[in-house]
Amino acid sequence: MSATTAATAHFTLKPSTDGGEGQLLEVSMGPQHPSTHGVFRMDVALDGERVVKLKPVFGYLHRNHEKIAETETYLGSMPYTDRLDYLCSITNNWAYALAVEKLAGIQVPERAEYLRVITGELTRLQNHTSVIGFLLQDMGASGTPLMYAFREREKVLDLFESLTGSRMMCNYMRFGGCRADMPAGWLQQAQKVVEAFPRFLDEFERLLSGNEILMARTQGVGVLSKELAVDAGITGPMLRGSGVNYDIRKVDKYGIYERFSFKVPLGEHGDVYDRYMVRLLEMRESVKILQQAIRDIPPGPIMDAKTKIRGFRPKAGEAYGRTESPKGELGFYLISDGSPNPYRYRVRPPSLINLTVLEDMCLGQNVADIVVILGSIDFILGEVDR
Amino acid sequence: MLGEGIVKGLAETARNFLGSYVSKDRLTTVQYPEERLPQIEAARNFPFLVYDGEDWQQGMRCVSCLICEKECPPKCISIEKSKDKKLDASGKPQFYPTVFNIDVSVCMSCQICVEVCPFDAIKMDVDFELSTKDRFGDLLWNKERLSKSNEYYRKIHPTEAAAVDAQLAEERAKLEAKSKLAAEAKAAAAAAPAQSASGVTAEK
Repeated sequence: MSATTAATAHFTLKPSTDGGEGQLLEVSMGPQHPSTHGVFRMDVALDGERVVKLKPVFGYLHRNHEKIAETETYLGSMPYTDRLDYLCSITNNWAYALAVEKLAGIQVPERAEYLRVITGELTRLQNHTSVIGFLLQDMGASGTPLMYAFREREKVLDLFESLTGSRMMCNYMRFGGCRADMPAGWLQQAQKVVEAFPRFLDEFERLLSGNEILMARTQGVGVLSKELAVDAGITGPMLRGSGVNYDIRKVDKYGIYERFSFKVPLGEHGDVYDRYMVRLLEMRESVKILQQAIRDIPPGPIMDAKTKIRGFRPKAGEAYGRTESPKGELGFYLISDGSPNPYRYRVRPPSLINLTVLEDMCLGQNVADIVVILGSIDFILGEVDR
Repeated sequence: MLGEGIVKGLAETARNFLGSYVSKDRLTTVQYPEERLPQIEAARNFPFLVYDGEDWQQGMRCVSCLICEKECPPKCISIEKSKDKKLDASGKPQFYPTVFNIDVSVCMSCQICVEVCPFDAIKMDVDFELSTKDRFGDLLWNKERLSKSNEYYRKIHPTEAAAVDAQLAEERAKLEAKSKLAAEAKAAAAAAPAQSASGVTAEK
């Protein structure tokens, strides 16, 4: 189904540049960072300015993650999961830890669950700020929005560094808890960042959400219909931008998410603008979750006392653990044969699966819109190629 | 009105620009080599080997148990265990690594080696200015380059080092008490046969 046929309320057909000669121009976009997401190439066939065919080419960043994990111990794969989606390492850790905990039947202490929620939602904040910054950078608003977004993201990364030791490659979670407890004053610092965050969001919305150029470039562009989104297995803000109410934090209630009250923002038209707005609104909900979690965090241990770090051997079986990562459903499927290494280790990457509808969204659009649509998908090639 | 959103956005940019002259919150840039941010205590970048005392060879805590080599996810550590034993800082004979190499071009600073080390011998450094022109030799760090004193460790991670020092002191005190007890028992045992021997002689 071509995206142009899916008419929405504020969608207007662009004047055709098709002269009827039928001469197509093939353009290879990439493989250098086309929109700062990683190394990715697209073979685009153009009819004038219109896209008639688009073939994504990836694999430039393939690192054999799944096969390496089968030769590593369960713990040894944890730092590698940081490098899947390198913008949000903590939610990757979480999904993997969740799968292993399911496999081995490990209980996580209360405080560790709260720490996971706090760091996970902070990850969502910093991922969405940078993604929105990148999206606008792709659109040609070079500099200002990205710099404002990165200024805020840096505050969250400072929090991560003082908690986990690393800004991006946090390697924070362990089976049965978290690796490090909060240093003195961390919670106050986190609270300050969280309290100040809505002010930044207001500022960002004043800066851009009403901007006529942004609206012209994004509204009605890259429309993803509800049906196609569901059929293609799209998850995360992209699916919710198309108006499907599906958030794994609400559906699975993994961890302790049933204790927090938050809403799931939904889009209406499924275009780039809706995806942008869904992310902005999601950050406001994340701030709410963070405020509740910071208020309620109990004292106590952060690691399950019965789980050893070394010589970890879950009994034979299989498990699938999934979380709502900022990009969508991130799942880890593990098969254990009772040895220290997993027999099978499979990642369900939201980035790759969300990328599969790229052609459907781009068909009939102008060539300049491809990069905008690409930016609105929010994918990271580290996770697409693995 | 068309253009209202753009004007609003420009007003926001102007506020940020003018605000950057008065508010530290809006001007976060640091002129790096001249100006530096304070080092965050928990920061980590590549491991190093801790030694006690003055001499790095004498005081090295590593006893070459090879656990870190085995657990390292990218397998960047290579150790050769010594054949003989030598006295460590607490005066106990221990094996030591004759070769301890870390290939920092492979290391990903995940600190799993630190977590699994039962002797607190390997810790994470914070030094990040490590650029070099030698791709091969200078990125394979041997044990001399890796060795750093406990004082250095206390300086870069004060909280963590204090906890480790306290734990080590406790362990050593326990060990000393135990060896003292053992020595006393030995002395007592040495004395006892002598007594019994003398007793036997007395009986005869």
